Amino acid sequence: MEQSIKYTPLYEKHVALGGRMVPFAGYMLPIQYAGVIEEHMAVRRAAGIFDVSHMGELFLEGPDAGVNLQYLLTNDFSAMRDGRVRYSPLCNEGGGIVDDLLVYKLSDTKFMLVVNAANREKDFAFMQGHLFGDAILRDASEDFAQIAVQGPLSRGILEAVADALPEKYYTFIDGVRIAGAQCLVSRTGYTGELGYEIYCPAASAAAIWDALFAAGAGMIPCGLGARDTLRLEAGMPLYGHEMDDSISPLETGLDFAVKLGKADFIGKAAMIARGEPKIVRVGLRITGRGIARENCPVLAEGRQIGRVSSGTHLPYLGAAYAMAMLEREYAALGTVLAVDVRGRMLDCEVVELPFYKAGK
Amino acid sequence: MQTPNELLYAASHEWILFADDGSAKVGLTDFAQHALGDIVFVNLPEVGTRVAVGESVGDVESVKAVSDIYSPLAGVIVAVNEALMDAPESLNGDPYGAWLFEVGEIEGKAELLSAVAYDAFCEEAK
Repeated sequence: MEQSIKYTPLYEKHVALGGRMVPFAGYMLPIQYAGVIEEHMAVRRAAGIFDVSHMGELFLEGPDAGVNLQYLLTNDFSAMRDGRVRYSPLCNEGGGIVDDLLVYKLSDTKFMLVVNAANREKDFAFMQGHLFGDAILRDASEDFAQIAVQGPLSRGILEAVADALPEKYYTFIDGVRIAGAQCLVSRTGYTGELGYEIYCPAASAAAIWDALFAAGAGMIPCGLGARDTLRLEAGMPLYGHEMDDSISPLETGLDFAVKLGKADFIGKAAMIARGEPKIVRVGLRITGRGIARENCPVLAEGRQIGRVSSGTHLPYLGAAYAMAMLEREYAALGTVLAVDVRGRMLDCEVVELPFYKAGK
Repeated sequence: MQTPNELLYAASHEWILFADDGSAKVGLTDFAQHALGDIVFVNLPEVGTRVAVGESVGDVESVKAVSDIYSPLAGVIVAVNEALMDAPESLNGDPYGAWLFEVGEIEGKAELLSAVAYDAFCEEAK
């Protein structure tokens, strides 16, 4: 598939900061600056700033926007208040996951959906194909840049540049002024740490980035590498790894965002028909010497009972961990299993997710 | 990037230091460690193993990925740097001090480059 590479409005900033640029979901983005471990630790102990402008922003608007969301997504939006953010899978008719996304409720007739960059066009076509009544779906991704500031120092940094901040986790304020620009700021993130995500006009991104740096003593720029190790340490699933078009949200531990009790939604019948999931997502601590990575087979008594979906050395915990999709019978905490890492068998143990939880 | 003149280099990004007794220590170049990123685990060959030129004899794991270590020499592994098991990060911090393994009874070698030639090779690879 021929696709021209795109650049976020912060591309020049990354290059000037020494970011190692790689193509990701169609965009040139930094995989790292100083190094994954240093960046990861900065987010756990101080603060890190990420360019996540590749994420897609779709708007669902109209008098029937709310009822469409109820039908399209697995979570329940009926009692949601303005200014709230809610996570949800988007499922296909077979109960597999099309994407996972965040819903921002601006009003009863206007919602912003933040979707994975690689799935943006697929999501748009899928949802567009299911819309009914008076509702319009619009892809505004090119208009927006998105900057995430994550870590225990993030509140102080944001306070220094923003005229208002959302207080509670998974809430947002639209119309926050930063560096002269109107932004939407939410208390959300993908690191398991206190943090904020700033949605701003693409043309203002560089000025906001600079203002955050000026206020951000102790904050360093972070790349996609640290974004992945942070989300894994925090036990968060990632589309394409713990989720895909065939994996159901019940298999990958997203029950909390699937409301089987609400009226019909896409995938509900299939999920009920599938019954109790036969495979489940678990956390593994690698006790042997080595690192289990994606697609390594997981074995019990010499038989493959699943596969690693994500795995690496987790910098804050200082050891190798993995998430894996396993047959349910082997998912109990404390179960000792083996991972086949390029022909070498490493011992591992099923442990609780998340691997890391921030102190509040 | 540094490339010491007293070493020889393989296109697979190992450095080689020959000793007077004809054995040689092998390590990863600065270019290699930089490309790999933070190294967090090393899997070294066993002492006594006979290796061929270009054979994978172990691997290094960075946070991002696993990469094979190739032997630029044919011979017998006579020593490995055990200290790396507990301090793999020294491959990043001190690439020309942190050797990986030592080869003796050398009976063949890959085409080896001088520091200047290796620098030019890396420049082209960029």
